Amino acid sequence: MSITTYELNHLDHLEAEAIHIFREVAAEFEHPCLMFSGGKDSIVMLHLAAKAFWPARLPFPVMHVDTGHNFPEVLAFRDQRVQELEARLVIASVQKSIDEGRVVEETGPRASRNRLQTTTLLDAIEEHRFDALFGGARRDEEKARAKERVYSFRDDFGQWDPKNQRPELWSLYNGRIRQGEHIRVFPISNWTELDIWQYIARENVEIPHVYFAHERPVFSRDGMWLADSEFVTRTEEEVVVTRKVRYRTVGDMSCTGAVESEAETLEQIIEEVSATRITERGATRADDRVSEAAMEDRKKEGYF
Amino acid sequence: MEFLRFATAGSVDDGKSTLIGRLLYDTKSIFQDQMESIEATSVQMGNDYTNLALLTDGLRAEREQGITIDVAYRYFATPKRKFIIADTPGHTQYTRNMVTGASTADVALVLVDARHGVVEQSRRHAFLASLLRIPHLVVCVNKMDLIDYDEKAFTAVKEEFRSFAMKLDVPDLTFIPVSALHGDNVVERSINMPWYEGSSLLHHLEEVHIASDRNHIDARFPVQYVIRPQSDEHHDYRGYAGTVAGGVFKPGDEVMVLPSGFTSTVSSIDSFDGPVSEAFGPMAVTMRLADDIDVSRGDMICRPNNQPTSSQDLQAMVCWMSETFSLAPRMKLALKHTTRSSRVMVADLQYRIDVNTLHREENPESLTLNEIGRVSLRSTQPLFFDEYRRNRNTGAFILVDETTNATVAAGIIVGSGT
Ligand SMILES: Nc1nc2c(ncn2[C@@H]2O[C@H](COP(=O)(O)OP(=O)(O)OP(=O)(O)O)[C@@H](O)[C@H]2O)c(=O)[nH]1
Ligand SMILES: [Mg+2]
Repeated sequence: MSITTYELNHLDHLEAEAIHIFREVAAEFEHPCLMFSGGKDSIVMLHLAAKAFWPARLPFPVMHVDTGHNFPEVLAFRDQRVQELEARLVIASVQKSIDEGRVVEETGPRASRNRLQTTTLLDAIEEHRFDALFGGARRDEEKARAKERVYSFRDDFGQWDPKNQRPELWSLYNGRIRQGEHIRVFPISNWTELDIWQYIARENVEIPHVYFAHERPVFSRDGMWLADSEFVTRTEEEVVVTRKVRYRTVGDMSCTGAVESEAETLEQIIEEVSATRITERGATRADDRVSEAAMEDRKKEGYF
Repeated sequence: MEFLRFATAGSVDDGKSTLIGRLLYDTKSIFQDQMESIEATSVQMGNDYTNLALLTDGLRAEREQGITIDVAYRYFATPKRKFIIADTPGHTQYTRNMVTGASTADVALVLVDARHGVVEQSRRHAFLASLLRIPHLVVCVNKMDLIDYDEKAFTAVKEEFRSFAMKLDVPDLTFIPVSALHGDNVVERSINMPWYEGSSLLHHLEEVHIASDRNHIDARFPVQYVIRPQSDEHHDYRGYAGTVAGGVFKPGDEVMVLPSGFTSTVSSIDSFDGPVSEAFGPMAVTMRLADDIDVSRGDMICRPNNQPTSSQDLQAMVCWMSETFSLAPRMKLALKHTTRSSRVMVADLQYRIDVNTLHREENPESLTLNEIGRVSLRSTQPLFFDEYRRNRNTGAFILVDETTNATVAAGIIVGSGT
C-alpha cells in the first residue's frame, strides 16, 4: 500500500495563508486597498494578490504614499507593475500634505519625511473611504510588529492600541468595524526576510536593481551608508565615497541605508541573508534608531 | 521544509518568555543588534544578567511591568524544521491572548515553576490546550536551578500534573525538567540532571510527529470568494476560490454544494501556476464545477456521501473573552464559522467548568471573562460543521458583539441539536 503524505513545504504554506487573507478581505470589505511602497515586501504582496484573484484583476486599488524622496528606478518599477496588472494606482503625496499645510517639513541634516507620511496616509484613507489596507509588514522585522494581529484594528484616529487588541482565533478573522474605523491587514505577517528572498527566487518575481549589489556614491552616517542625493543635507564631515552596496529594505531615500555587499544574484543574496547577524531594520533604518520604542510609538499614531 | 507551530502556556512568571529567549539564543537565532539592544535595556532596568524575556516582551508597557501582555510571534529554523513560536501571557486577565496564540498551535509548552508546582493558571491553560485540541503537550518543569536540580521535585510536579491531565483529553504528554535561565535541557541535554533520560526541548520539537494531525478524510471546501473576471479573455469564467478545510479534492470528483444540495463534478482546480491535480488543506485554490449552479460565499462544497452536519442548532464549548459584559441565555451575537457569517441566540447555558477541579457547575446564570462553559446556540441560518475534535477548521467559530464589534468568544463545536 502506498501512503501519500499531504504536506506543504514552508513557502507553499505561507503563500496559501496569504492568499486566504487577501480573499477574505476582498469578500468582506467594501473599499480595500493595497499599500505599495516599491519595496520587496510590497512587491511580493502584489504578486500574491495577483495569484489570489487570477484570472481576474485585483479587486482593489494600489496606493503609494509618496514621500517625494524615492529612488527613481523604484518609481519606474511601480508604474510598470501597476500597468502589467492593469491595476488602479492611487498616489497619496506627502509633498501635497506639506503644500496644503497639513504637515510641516522637517529641516536640518536629519530631516526626514518618514513621520509626515502618517498624516498623508490617514488623510488618504479618509478621502477614499478605505476600510481595509493591506500592508507588507512582517512580524520578524521589529518587536512591536511581532505583537500585531493579522487584522489590526484602527480607531477613528487611525490609532493602534497594542494593549487592547482583538483576540484573533484560528484563521477566523473579525473584520467588523464602524464607519470611520479601519483594519490594517498583514497577509505576510509570518514571513521572514529569508522566506521573502527564497520566494522571490522561486517565483521569479522581478525586483528593482537597487536590491542587487551596485556601485553608488554614498556617505556614512550612524554606521550606515546613505545614498548621496538631493534629499539629504550632508554635514561637512560626511564625505561622499563610492562603495559597492545593495539595499535590504527600500523606503524613503533620506533614511534608508545601504549595506556593503557583493551579492549580484538572488542566490548570492539568499546566501548573504542566511549568514547575516544583523536584522534588516537594524542595518538599514534610521527611523528605528530614534528610541527603543520608536516603531511602537509611530504605529500607535497610525503609521504603517 | 515543514512548519511546526508552538505556543507557550502557564502561569505568570513561570518563565515562558525567558524560555523562548533561551531557545532563540542557544540556537543562534538572535541577531547582533537585537542582542545589543536587550543587553542595554537590561542594564538600564538594573538586571544582574541579560534578560532574555525582552526578546519577546517588546511593548513599552510589558517592559515597564515585566510581564507579557500580548502574544509575540517569533521565527527560527534548524536544519530539521521551521518553527513559528507564539509566546503568550500567563496573566489571567490576558487569557484571551493566550487563546489567540494557542488556537493555531501544533504543540503547547506548559511551563510550571518547580518550586510552586501546578497552580490554577497551569490548570486553566492545560485545560484550554486540551479544549483547543493541541495534539501535543509538553510540560516544562522550570527553574530547576532554584531547587538544586532535584529529581524528586520534578517527579512530584510530574505526578501532580499527570493526575490532573488524566481528566483531560491529551493524546501526547511529555515532561522535561528545564532551567530557562541557564539553558538546561533547552537546546542541549543538561549535565546538571544526569537522572533525566529524555531529550532536550529542542530535540523533542524537532522530532514530534505532526503530519497525521490534519484531517485528510472529510472533503470540505468552504467557498470564500467567487472569481468572475470582467474581461473578454475569460468572459465565461466562474471559479470558486477558497482554502481546503478538510480532505482531498481532485478534478472529476462528484461533489455536493450546501445549502442547495445540488450535485456536480469538479471540472478543474485552478491556480495562477496552472491546473492542480490534488488539493488538500491548507491549500488555497479555485474550483470550477461542470454544472452551472448557484454557488456563493459561505456555501460548503463536500462529497455527497460525506457531508458535514447541516443544522441551525449547535452545541458548543465557549471561552468567554469580554471584560465589559457576560454571556447569558437569550443573548444575541454575530457568529463567524468558516466563511459563513450568521446571527445566533444563546438558547441555553448548560454548565460552567471549574478549571481547578474540572467540575461542572450546572445552570450558571452567566459566563464572565475567561470562563469556559457549554452552550446551545440557535443560528438564524443553517451552518455546515463537523465536531471540532474531528476537524479544527469546520468545528471552530467566533462570536462577535454586534454593538462594539469586539470578538467576545472562541467556540468549539461538540455536537448538533438542542
Ligand atoms: N532562577 C530562574 N529564574 C527564572 C527561570 N526562568 C525564568 N526565570 C525568572 O522568572 C521571572 C519571570 O520570567 P518570564 O520569562 O518573564 O516569565 P513569563 O512566564 O514569561 O511571565 P508572563 O509572560 O508575564 O506570564 C524572570 O525574573 C526570570 O528571570 C529559571 O529557569 N531559573
Ligand atoms: Mg512572558
